[in-house]
Amino acid sequence: MNIGVLALQGAVAEHIRSIGLAGGTGVAVKRTEQLAEIDGLIIPGGESTTIGKLMRKYDFIDAIRDFSAQGKPVFGTCAGLIVLADKLEGDEEPHLRLMDMTVARNAFGRQRESFETDLDVKGIDTPLRAVFIRAPLIKEVGPEVDVLSTYKGEIVTARQGNLLASSYHPELTDDYRLHSYFLDMAKEAAAKR
Amino acid sequence: METGTSRVKRGMAEMQKGGVIMDVMNAEQAKIAEAAGATAVMALERVPSDIRAAGGVARMADPTIVEEVMKVVSIPVMAKARIGHFVEAKVLESLGVDYIDESEVLTPADEVFHISKSEFTVPFVCGAKDLGEALRRVQEGASMLRTKGEPGTGNIVEAVRHMRLIMGQIRHVQNLSKDELYHEAKILGVPYDLLLGVHETGRLPVVNFAAGGIATPSDAALMMHLGSDGVFVGSGIFKSDNPEKFARAIVEATTHYEDYELIARVSKNLGTPMKGIEISKLDRHERMQDRGL
Repeated sequence: MNIGVLALQGAVAEHIRSIGLAGGTGVAVKRTEQLAEIDGLIIPGGESTTIGKLMRKYDFIDAIRDFSAQGKPVFGTCAGLIVLADKLEGDEEPHLRLMDMTVARNAFGRQRESFETDLDVKGIDTPLRAVFIRAPLIKEVGPEVDVLSTYKGEIVTARQGNLLASSYHPELTDDYRLHSYFLDMAKEAAAKR
Repeated sequence: METGTSRVKRGMAEMQKGGVIMDVMNAEQAKIAEAAGATAVMALERVPSDIRAAGGVARMADPTIVEEVMKVVSIPVMAKARIGHFVEAKVLESLGVDYIDESEVLTPADEVFHISKSEFTVPFVCGAKDLGEALRRVQEGASMLRTKGEPGTGNIVEAVRHMRLIMGQIRHVQNLSKDELYHEAKILGVPYDLLLGVHETGRLPVVNFAAGGIATPSDAALMMHLGSDGVFVGSGIFKSDNPEKFARAIVEATTHYEDYELIARVSKNLGTPMKGIEISKLDRHERMQDRGL
């Protein structure tokens, strides 16, 4: 399975490494043409304002929406989760508007409030070490969205069909089980095509 | 639940990769930087070229400026403390800044000791001009590095020198045998364990950005080719003719540093970059890179 990692800005190498550990092949994606060659796409952590601007500039908005419409899976972590959301709290303009959820940016506060913790995630047998960095939260979800984990009552992992999102950074640890989970989504989608 | 772990502090820098961190002096400039696609801003009272021109002692910025900038942008805000001035750093941490630059751009407060950065919850970035300085700063707790370059000159030559030297030293260390590593650690003045890590991984333990003299989109792309994880642009943006255009062009050139047609396109009609300074025209005491070894 070839899994692309959107490489406009952010922690690209870490996702490529985790995908490799999970048994897939990670590829940095800088151009829309490359989407044709991959079975799934990860939108990494970084600064969502920067990634969103560059996505618009290089026509990634429509290209990724088309990619997702073909049933191919997309996984957003942290900034990537923000980019996937249909609505953002405050007056911010949403980006891909793919997942039926409302997201609050920097929901825990500033960097000094960033933290790591053990987190139970539906579909993964034992807790995952989750690193939250100036992390967003999912404040509301639509009926199609399956909540996979919560932290102190707030949603931090969610899935809607072929879309997966986490507030935290699974790519910053050596635990690649969430990447394996995503790789399985890509395999299922490929089998259906 | 743990805050301020090394993974959380270093991870924050990982999220800046491929990005441009811009020096700003007020809320208005911060908004311009964010709109242009900066991944973070550095809130300052004066940019390095103004510090150079003004002379005298350069200190931490007035907290009002830092708070004003924090209020208007949603991206991370960094601020500078003097080398060794742990009280300035504590003050910045209490304000809630997202990253502290223990910076040679300001007048050092301590000629021997750097801040013991591992004791802080807020992460630190520090400048380095060779592998020895880089690993000493990591040992003290820096979660991110940058080249020193020669700040406020608009002249890329020193940043290039520092990045080439660090990358060359990493390649050299990779090729040493285990027994040679002990000696190398002694020569460089660094802990053996950190050097062993470089030997095994072929990279620094934290993200390393370019800084100190970047003035054009091509400068930023050059530093990315030489192995930078991203770039800091200090005086280069708000001392240019058209800060908005310069900022946007540098962001694009950093992302697509291998796409020369794109760099050509974004470099058109930018206006005049900041006026630079030829390094040999600087007196020995005017060189900021020699501060804090």
